[in-house]
Amino acid sequence: MKFPWTRLRELGIVGMNQRNAEFIMPYNERRYYPLVDNKIITKQRAIARGIPVPPLYGHIELEHQTAHLHNLLASYREFVIKPANGSGGNGILVIAGKTASGQFRKANDSVISLEDIKHHMSNILSGMYSLGGDTDSAIIEYRVRHDPCFNEVSYKGVPDIRLIVFRGIPLFGMIRLPTRQSDGRANLHQGAVGAGIDFRTGRTHFGVMNSRPVSSHPDTGVPIAGIDIPRWQQMLEMAATCFELAPLGYLGVDLVLDQDQGPMMLELNARPGLAIQIANHQGLEPVLRHAQALGTIPDDPCKRVRIGCMIREKFATSPA
Amino acid sequence: MKISKISVIALVLTALAVGAVYYKHKRLGLPLQPAQQSEVWTVEAKLQFRANGGPVKVQFYIPRSPPGFIKLNEDFISSNYGLATEADGLNRQALWAVRRAKGKQVLYYRMEFVQSSDSTGPRTTPRPAYPPVPEYEEPLGSAVMALLDEVRSHSADVATFTRELLLRLNTSQPDQNISLINKSGHGSAEWVRQLVRILAGARIPARIVYVLPLQDLVKHGSLVPWIEVHNDFQWIAFNPVTGAQGFSDDVLVWRTGDDPLVTVSGGTPAEVDFSISRHALSQVSIAEQWARQTDSRLMDFSLFALPVQTQNVYRIILMVPLGALVIVLLRNLVGLATFGTFMPVLIALAFRETSLLWGVIMFTMLVILGLALRLYLEKLKLLLVPRLAAVLTIVILLIALFSIVSVQLELERGLSVALFPVVILAMTIERMSIVWEENGSQEALKLGTGSLIAAVLGYLVMTHPGLSHVVFVFPETLLIVLAITLLVGRYTGYRLLELWRFRGLIKEADKP
Repeated sequence: MKFPWTRLRELGIVGMNQRNAEFIMPYNERRYYPLVDNKIITKQRAIARGIPVPPLYGHIELEHQTAHLHNLLASYREFVIKPANGSGGNGILVIAGKTASGQFRKANDSVISLEDIKHHMSNILSGMYSLGGDTDSAIIEYRVRHDPCFNEVSYKGVPDIRLIVFRGIPLFGMIRLPTRQSDGRANLHQGAVGAGIDFRTGRTHFGVMNSRPVSSHPDTGVPIAGIDIPRWQQMLEMAATCFELAPLGYLGVDLVLDQDQGPMMLELNARPGLAIQIANHQGLEPVLRHAQALGTIPDDPCKRVRIGCMIREKFATSPA
Repeated sequence: MKISKISVIALVLTALAVGAVYYKHKRLGLPLQPAQQSEVWTVEAKLQFRANGGPVKVQFYIPRSPPGFIKLNEDFISSNYGLATEADGLNRQALWAVRRAKGKQVLYYRMEFVQSSDSTGPRTTPRPAYPPVPEYEEPLGSAVMALLDEVRSHSADVATFTRELLLRLNTSQPDQNISLINKSGHGSAEWVRQLVRILAGARIPARIVYVLPLQDLVKHGSLVPWIEVHNDFQWIAFNPVTGAQGFSDDVLVWRTGDDPLVTVSGGTPAEVDFSISRHALSQVSIAEQWARQTDSRLMDFSLFALPVQTQNVYRIILMVPLGALVIVLLRNLVGLATFGTFMPVLIALAFRETSLLWGVIMFTMLVILGLALRLYLEKLKLLLVPRLAAVLTIVILLIALFSIVSVQLELERGLSVALFPVVILAMTIERMSIVWEENGSQEALKLGTGSLIAAVLGYLVMTHPGLSHVVFVFPETLLIVLAITLLVGRYTGYRLLELWRFRGLIKEADKP
C-alpha cells in the first residue's frame, strides 16, 4: 500500500503548489501578466500577429458611454459582453438575438432589457469581476457560433479548446463542453465537461465533469470520446504562435472553432488550471520536465508544434 | 539551491528566536506559561522619633542580599531628609540626615522581594578568630562548663554541637543548670547574646543575626535574634528557639551583628515598627522589576516598556501572524478555499469580541440575512459602491436588531455583537453574493464554509492563552512563525484536498 501522494508523484501529477512554485513563478514574469489579463491588449497583439480573434464591436470604458449603448448595439443581432480584465469566465453575457419588442435574448433563452445590459456593464466597469477588484472596462465583441460538429456535445454554449503551451511548445489539450449545470459556460469549475484530446489525431478521449470521469454528455447523452476536432493541426500552430503575443513560458491558450470563421483565439491565461490532467488521464510533470530540459527552442511555431507532438508521443500512456 | 537557502534563513531565524527565548526565560525568569504567579512580600519599616531641633542623623540597618530572596524594589520615604546607603561586607545601612528638624519625625523604608532558590548560597566569609573562653561569673560558670562538657560528648562537629546545645537549652524539662542559664529570658536578644558567650566557652565563633519572620498582614512585627556559628568554612544559622538549622523560607535576614538597629543623633531613640504583607504578582512583572534592579537593558526594549493600553493592543496584534500562519497552512497544505486571503483572520478577530460559539452563530445568521437582502438589492440594479454601502447599512441595522432582540430574550451575549466589525461582514456578504450568482450556490457555500472553518481555527490559535502569553512575552517567537511561513512558501508538494481531487487518476492508474 502506497501513500496517495506517492502514487500521485509517480503519475507525475502537478499540484497547485508545484505549479505555482516551479512553473508559473520561474516562467511567467509578472510584468507580462497585463498582456494576457487585459483582453483588449491580447486582442490587439493577436491581430498584429495575424491570429484570428472574435472581432471587437465596442469598448466601453466609462459609465456615461453606456448612454449610447443603444446606438452601438443597434446594428448587431448577437454579441458578447465581457469584462476586459475578467477572471474565470465571470461576468460574460452572451446575447443570442433580439425579440420583436426590442428586448435581448440571452443564450439560455431568457430575455433581458437594455437596462439590464447597462446594469451589467456598470457592474463590469466598477470592477465587480476584475482580478483585483480594480475598475475595469467592458468589451462588446462578435459572438462565436461553434462548429456544427460540436452540436451534440454542448448545451447552449460554445465549447472551447484549452491548450497548455510551455516555452512556446503546445503540450496538452482538452476541450471544454458547456452543460446545463455550467449554464452554457465552458468553465470546468462551473460544471462544464472537460475532455482530453489525443495530441496526434485531435480526437477526444476521456471526459471529466466535476472531477469525476464521464463517458457521455450529461445533457445530450452523446458519447464524449471519439469526436474528431476539425483543423486540429491549425489550432496547435495558432496556440504555438500565441507564445509570441505574450512571452509567458507557462501559458494557457483558449481557442474556439467558429462555424464561419474557423479557429479563433479567445483568450490567454497566465495561470492555467490543473484539471487538464484529469481530462487527459495523464500528469503534466514528466512532459513539462522533458520540455524544460530542451536546449534552444526553434522560433518557427510549426517546428514547436512538431516538438510538442514528439514529446507527447514519447510520453504516451497506453490507450485505456 | 534556492530551497537550501530558505532552509538556512529559516534555521537562523529559529535559532535567534530560541536563543532569545532561552535567555529571557533562564536569565530574567520570564515564565513560559501564562499566569504563573509568585508571592511577593512587602516589608515596611517605620521609624519614629522626636527631633531636638538641631541637625539629625539616622542610621538604620537595611537588608543586604538576604539569602533565599530577590529584592525587586525598595523605597525610602523620608520627606526632606537627605539619603545615602552604604554597604560593607555584611550589612547595608540607610543614612538619613537633615540640617534642622523638630518634633515628631517619621521615616519609612519599604522593600518588595520574592523568594528565589537561586540566592541561597552558603554564607562564606573567612574564618573569624576563635574567641577566647570568657570569664563566667559563678554560679553561671560551673553550670555552663557542665553543660558544655555534656554537649561535647554528644556531638561530632560545630553544627551538631550547636544543635545539641540548643536542644538542651530548649528542653521542656530543664534541669538546674539550664534553668540558671535560661534565667535571662528564653528567646530574647539577651539570651542569644549569652548563647554566643556560652559557645565561646567551647571556642566556637558565633554571632547574632536578626531576622524578620514573614507573616502576612503583620502590623507591628519586630526582628528576632538568630544565631550563626562558623564551622571553619561557612556560617551556619540556627533558630535558637527550635534548634532548626539554616534559614527557613519564612524568615528574612535583616542584618548581621549586634549593633543597635537604628541610631539617631539629635533626637530621641527611634521606635521601629515592621509591617509585612504578601500579595501575588505575575512572574512577568517580577521579572520585569528584577531586570530593572539588575540594570538589564533587555526589558527596556521589550513590550513591557509600553503603556498598558498599548500593550493590550499588541497582545492582539502580535497574534495576527499566527492567524496568518493558520491561513497559510490551510491554503497551501490543506487546499481549503476561502473568501479573500486574510478575510478569515479578520473574522477570527471579530470572534474575540463575541466568544466563539456566539460569533459563529451570529456571523452565520448575519451573512444569511444579509445575503438574502443583497440578492434582493440585485434587482434594484445599483452601482457597485452604493450597493456595498447599502449592504453595510443593512448589516448595521441587522446587528442593532440582533442586540435588541437578544436583550428582550435576556441573552447577554448578543450585546457583544455591537463591536462586530461590520465592514468585514458587508464585504463577506458582497463577495459571497457575487460567487453565488456567478458560480452557483454550491460554490458560495463551499467558500463560506471554508472561510468559517479557517476563521474558527484562526480564532482558536489566536486566543490560545498559552500561545498568546508566549508571543507577547517573547515576541521573538514570531521569527519562528516567519521561518515556518518561509518554508511553506517553498513547499511544492500536494495539498491535502488535491489528493481527493486527483483520486480518480489514481484509481484509473491502479486498474489492471
